Amino acid sequence: MNTEKNITTQTRLTDNIYAGLEKKPVLYGIFALLIVAVLLVPQFANNYLLEIFTNTWFYIVLCLGLNIVVGYAGLLDLGYAAFFAIGAYTTGILSSQFGMNFWLTLPFSILFSALSGVIIGGPTLRLRSDYLAIVTLGFGEIIRIAARNLSITGGASGLIGIERPYLFGIYLSKIHHFYYLFFLLVILAVIVSYRLHYSRLGRAWQYIREDEDAAEAMGINRVQIKLYAFVIGAIFGGMAGSFYAIKMTAISPETFVFTQSAMILLAVVLGGMGKIPGVILGACALVLFPEIFREIGQMRMLLFGIVLLIIMIFRPQGIWPERRN
Amino acid sequence: MMTETILAIEQLETYYGKIHALKGISLEVKQGQIVTLLGSNGAGKSTTLRTISGLVPAGAGKVSFMGRDITKEEPHNIVSMGLIHVPEGRRIFKGLTVKENLELGSFTLKDDMERQKRIEHVFEIFPILEDRQKQDAGLLSGGEQQMLAIGRAMMTEPKLLLLDEPSMGLAPIIVREIMRIIKRLNEEGTTILLVEQNAKIALKLADYGYVLETGKIVMEGDGATLREDRSIVQAYLGA
Repeated sequence: MNTEKNITTQTRLTDNIYAGLEKKPVLYGIFALLIVAVLLVPQFANNYLLEIFTNTWFYIVLCLGLNIVVGYAGLLDLGYAAFFAIGAYTTGILSSQFGMNFWLTLPFSILFSALSGVIIGGPTLRLRSDYLAIVTLGFGEIIRIAARNLSITGGASGLIGIERPYLFGIYLSKIHHFYYLFFLLVILAVIVSYRLHYSRLGRAWQYIREDEDAAEAMGINRVQIKLYAFVIGAIFGGMAGSFYAIKMTAISPETFVFTQSAMILLAVVLGGMGKIPGVILGACALVLFPEIFREIGQMRMLLFGIVLLIIMIFRPQGIWPERRN
Repeated sequence: MMTETILAIEQLETYYGKIHALKGISLEVKQGQIVTLLGSNGAGKSTTLRTISGLVPAGAGKVSFMGRDITKEEPHNIVSMGLIHVPEGRRIFKGLTVKENLELGSFTLKDDMERQKRIEHVFEIFPILEDRQKQDAGLLSGGEQQMLAIGRAMMTEPKLLLLDEPSMGLAPIIVREIMRIIKRLNEEGTTILLVEQNAKIALKLADYGYVLETGKIVMEGDGATLREDRSIVQAYLGA
């Protein structure tokens, strides 16, 4: 009884803090500070730190992409890494085997990830309930296993020697280049997510997520609206994959295992579905937690699991959830 | 004067998995009428509406709306033809404001001026919704939520309105208010198919009525005749 009371007052406290943070001047102030801090970091940080930050930016983009599917539209996607793989392999194959410039591979990466989104989503989104979860789970595995067995994807050893591109005359090779490049992607992903959230489409997703029947009875095309979410999410994943390919210069099928999809989903749920700052926090936790506790070795994943359990028990709506009403 | 048939259902059958929920129903709604579909719990009233609006697929039979076969049509297309379904239990969006809920009703409309006009019309019919337009719809009373659900449907300017138990769970005085509004909407030109458990109030309004029992129509007649029929009053009055 008493603990329950404590939890609610505690929840109310954090909600008040978030509500305070969401006031416009406060929000802009925090944004400005964050951006300055982010831009200055490479002046002080060593390569190890920059690597971790770049990795964080990368996962933020992936998580924001999955957030459109899971958070905005309420669709459970258990194979998101598949789209990330499609983007990475599209860029990888076109640049390493056809010598195509990286920037030219991006439209193909968008095309193929969107197309696979339509192929998977088109038939399954017609069905109600959780069929999508099962199909995406299978799709994730199919893509990985196909990549491992096809010769064009380099089989189990993957692709190597993916050509890095030039940007504004700079050859992207140093870690701080990627640090800035990926941060740019984060900003782009945040802007797109934000605009979508407050668009007509965003409203339709919200209706569908809250009450599919009522939304449908009001004339919303349920299948089409869900498919938009699924395809836009796929494109985010594909783009992130392309950039991942040039940063690593090598990709292998084992990057795209089920745990990858599960971790991204976890970050979205942990942070707070549908809420951009929440999802960003979730992505940061996903990357930073295992790094900070690197010293305790294998134990750290156990600890991570325990922390997740605690959060799920005491704050099931996520760290920074979408505010209802 | 011949009145045009706006909705015609012929030998409609619906299944939920193996359960045979509708066993061949035929009914007709004419332009400008209020038609009521009566029956007790589980008779198939809601299923009939859900099949008409395409939310559940028909197993057999035919539904035509304004002369067009809509049996296999997608729900959102049926809405855009002017047939709208206010589902049982109101199904308003809690967490969104009253005004945002109304805007959902005109989601398919892209003209903001027209939307504003329709919202004002809804506010005129339901002044209470105007007072509460900025409030969370979840905080409305049951009667106000029902008004919002009907108001939201009116945003599409429907030709035919399917109402599923608008009196459910409401105090008698609120029920009378809702019925008065249904009457007014009808007088303004909306044809209404009203599903009710409360036969007494429904028959006060209805031009014509059907009585449904375990998936079959067991009786039909015009409102006045059914009102007189003591067996109906006894069986479906709920009191």
